Amino acid sequence: MTTDVTASGLASQTAPPPQAAITVDNLSKAFGELEAVKRVSFDVYAGESFAFLGPNGAGKSTTIRMLCTLSQPTSGSAEVAGYDVVRQPRSVRSRIGLVFQDQTLDEQLTAAENLRFHAVLYGVPREELDSRIGRVLDLVGLEERGKDLVQDYSGGMSRRLEIARALLHTPEVLFLDEPTVGLDPQTRARMWEDVLRLRDEEGVTVFFTTHYMDEAEYAERIAIIDHGEIVALDTPAALKAVVGKDSICLSTADDAAATRQLRSLGFDAASDGDGVTIRVDEGESAVPSVISSLDVAVRQVSVHKPDLDDVFMQFTGREIRADSGPSMSLARRFVASRRR
Amino acid sequence: MHTDVRDRPEAHAPAKQDVRLSVARELATTGMVWRRELIRYRRARTRVITGLMQPILYLFVLGYGLTPLVGETAGFDFKKFVFPGVVAMSVVTTSIFSAISIVWDREFGFLREMLVAPVSRVALVVGKALGGATVSTIQGAIMLALAPLVGVRLTPTVVIAVFAISMLMAFSMTCFGVFFASRLKKIENFQVVMQFLLLPMLFLSGALFPPTGLPSWLMFLTRINPLTYAVDPLKRVVYAAQDIPDAALERFDPPLEVFGYAVPSWLSLSIVMMFGVAFLALSIRSFGKDE
Repeated sequence: MTTDVTASGLASQTAPPPQAAITVDNLSKAFGELEAVKRVSFDVYAGESFAFLGPNGAGKSTTIRMLCTLSQPTSGSAEVAGYDVVRQPRSVRSRIGLVFQDQTLDEQLTAAENLRFHAVLYGVPREELDSRIGRVLDLVGLEERGKDLVQDYSGGMSRRLEIARALLHTPEVLFLDEPTVGLDPQTRARMWEDVLRLRDEEGVTVFFTTHYMDEAEYAERIAIIDHGEIVALDTPAALKAVVGKDSICLSTADDAAATRQLRSLGFDAASDGDGVTIRVDEGESAVPSVISSLDVAVRQVSVHKPDLDDVFMQFTGREIRADSGPSMSLARRFVASRRR
Repeated sequence: MHTDVRDRPEAHAPAKQDVRLSVARELATTGMVWRRELIRYRRARTRVITGLMQPILYLFVLGYGLTPLVGETAGFDFKKFVFPGVVAMSVVTTSIFSAISIVWDREFGFLREMLVAPVSRVALVVGKALGGATVSTIQGAIMLALAPLVGVRLTPTVVIAVFAISMLMAFSMTCFGVFFASRLKKIENFQVVMQFLLLPMLFLSGALFPPTGLPSWLMFLTRINPLTYAVDPLKRVVYAAQDIPDAALERFDPPLEVFGYAVPSWLSLSIVMMFGVAFLALSIRSFGKDE
C-alpha cells in the first residue's frame, strides 16, 4: 500500500501532466469588416497566473468575452476548464469566476446579500452557503463589513468584494478584465496581493487583461497582444531577455579614456557623449569588476534593466500608454457604428 | 490504489453534453431574484411613499373635488366609485416602476452579474415578474386600508378577491414593463414610456370614469386596453359589498360590453392572464439579448 502510493507519487512528480486550464485554438472574432481577434492560439496552465497585455482596442476584452462564453467566436475554438466555450457554455460558466472592468454589484444590498445572491445562482449547496460567504469575505479582509450596504463601500473595497464573489463558487479559472482601472496605486497593490494569495490558497488559475506594464509583472506568463494578434508569449524574464542585456551607465572624469580601457578588457562599451554605456549580462554583479578595472575617477553609476516597456516597444514598435488607443472597446465601437 | 490513479483521467474527462439545468436550481434562482426585489423595496422608503402619492392625490383631491359635480345616486358617490380604480392605479404604477428597475440594473452593472450566471433567462425574468407583482400587491394593500376613510366597506371576501385580482394585474403589468425595460437602453426614455403608455392606459381603463357612453374612438381605445379587463372585475368585487341600489350601479358601473356582449369577470381575468403570459414570453426572448 505504502509503496504503491510512493510510486505513483513519484511517477507524477517526474512526469507532471501538462494540465491546461484554458486551451485556445485559432480563435477569431470579427465585427463586420473589423477583425478584432485574428487566429489566436495559446494555452494557460492550471494554477498559473496569465496576463493579456496590450493597448486599448488590441482585442483583449473581445478575447476574454469569448472565453467567458459572453460572445461567440467567428471561427476557431476554445476550451475552459475542459469545456468547449461554444457547445458547453453553461458548464464553462459554472466553473469560472468573472470580474469585469465595470462594477457589477447591487449597491442597495449588503455585501453578504450580494454574495448570497451569487451563491444561489451558481448553485452553492445551501449547507455550505454561510461558511463559504464567511470564508471569501475573510480572504479579502472584509469580514467585518459583510453587513454593510455596498453603497457605503470605497472603490477598492467594492473591487475586493467582487473578487471574493467571483471565488464564491470555487471556480477553476478566475477572469479579471482590466481589474484595477480607476483604482489608486495602494488599492491596486492590495488587490494583487489578494489575488495572488487566493491563487495559492484556492488553487485557482488567474487570467487577466491589463494595459499597465507593472501589472503584467504579476503574471507568470504574459501574452502581448496587438491589433488582435499575439506578438509574444513568455515569462516576464524571458520576454525581457529577448530585448537584450542589462546596461551599466557610468559618468566618469574622462569618458573617452574609460571607454578605451573597458573595450581593451573585452567589455561591450560605448561612449555617447553623455557618459559610458556598458552592456552586460547581469548588471549588478558586473558593476564591481567594471569599476575596479578603471583608472579614471567614476562620478556616477546606474544599472538599467530592460522592463516590459522595452519589451512592448521591441515587439510592436511603439510604446504602450494608457491613452494610446481610443477608450472604447472594439465591440462597443462596432455597436456604436451600427446604431448611427 | 493503482486503479484509482489510472481511472482518474477518465473520471475527469468532461461529457460532451452541456449540463442540464435542474428544476431545483431554476426555482432557487427565481426565488432569489424575487427576494432581492423585496429587500430593495423594504430599503427604499421613499419609493414606497412616492408610489402612494399619486393614487392618494387621485383618491382625496379628485375624489372630494368631483363628488359635488358628479352628485350621488342613492348614497353612492364619486369617491366611493373611484376607490377601486385608485387601488388599481397604485398596483399598476408600482408594477411598471419595479420593471423599470431593470434599466437601473443595467446602468449599475448588476444585470450583467445576473446574465453571466449559469442560469436560464426564464428563471431570472419570472423572478423579476413575481418580485414586482408582490411589491405592487403590497402597495395596493396599503391603499386598500384607506377604504374606511372614503366610506367604502371591506369584507374578508372583498379583501381576498382584491388581493387575488391585484396579484394577477401586477404580474401582467410587470411582465409588460419588463419587456419595455429590457429594450430601453437609456433611463431617460422611461419618461416617454410613462407619457405614452402608462398614463393613457390608466386613464382609459375605467379606473377614473365608467368606460361607457364615450365617443366611439375612445370606446375603442378602452376596449383594446388590457387594463380595462383588470380594473372591471376589481370594481365589481368592491361595489358588490357596498349594498348599492341597482340605479346607482347602472349609473356608476354599467356592464363592460364588447360589441354588445357583456364580458364576465372570469373572461376579463383570462384576458389579463393571457396578456401577462404573452409579455412574459416576449420578455424572456428580449431579456439580455444585447448585453
